[in-house]
Amino acid sequence: MVRVTRNYRFSASHRLHLANRSDEENQRLFGKCNNPHGHGHNYVLGVTVEGPIDASTGVAVDQGKLDEFVYREIIALFDHTYINMDVEPLREVPATAENIAFVIERRLQAAWPWTQPRLAHIRVEETKRNVIELDVINFHV
Amino acid sequence: MYISRRAEFSASHICRNEKLSAQENQSLYGPGANANGHGHNYVLEVTLKGDPDPETGMIFDLKDLKDVMLREVVDPMDHRHLNFEVPPFDKVIPTTENVTLEIWRRLAPHFADGRARLHSVRLYETEDTFVDYYGG
Repeated sequence: MVRVTRNYRFSASHRLHLANRSDEENQRLFGKCNNPHGHGHNYVLGVTVEGPIDASTGVAVDQGKLDEFVYREIIALFDHTYINMDVEPLREVPATAENIAFVIERRLQAAWPWTQPRLAHIRVEETKRNVIELDVINFHV
Repeated sequence: MYISRRAEFSASHICRNEKLSAQENQSLYGPGANANGHGHNYVLEVTLKGDPDPETGMIFDLKDLKDVMLREVVDPMDHRHLNFEVPPFDKVIPTTENVTLEIWRRLAPHFADGRARLHSVRLYETEDTFVDYYGG
């Protein structure tokens, strides 16, 4: 088994804010990310798949097909949006990098078209210094 | 505990399966199937796993690791055309997956005994595409 990772990019804005907390609490929890008008990032999404190397083609994943799938399911949804308003599952929960990673995992898993390779890992880089890693433990069936 | 070392090499290759049509090759490997080949600055990351020696405080002598990586990988592959100059890629398609596997095969015997075991080989073909192999 090998793991193959491809990085994808999307640019989006978000705001971290909990409606049921006071302004002071929001400010304390989220700092600059609580700015009322939101702010943006160039996100880097790493998608890692795991599978055997096909003996004939020498690859574990058709990168063109993976790219097409990730663009359709994720990039088209997130790129150049205000995540809090434009990405449905993140209207109700704060658009932290953690929650973004969970939403991406659920969407990829739900539509995953292959038995091999399986989705193994997701990495969401919000900035160079702020990175979320998510191991996908529920095997695709 | 894990310890990693990085090395770079620049090489050219062609990803092409002679059993497939030109169109099928194009669809599977994209521009990688260009019959004239193309090149990358590969970045190799080798990770060893072990406990530090109580006397030296080291898992493995990093100078020795560097020497093994140079001798087994960088020297034979740097500034080469993998398909034409680096066996087994005259017969095996040098996809990132297969190059990673071959690097593991070349390195593993050097860590077959002793404190440090070969844990993983990561090979970046570009900044945005890389392969990890953990053996087995």
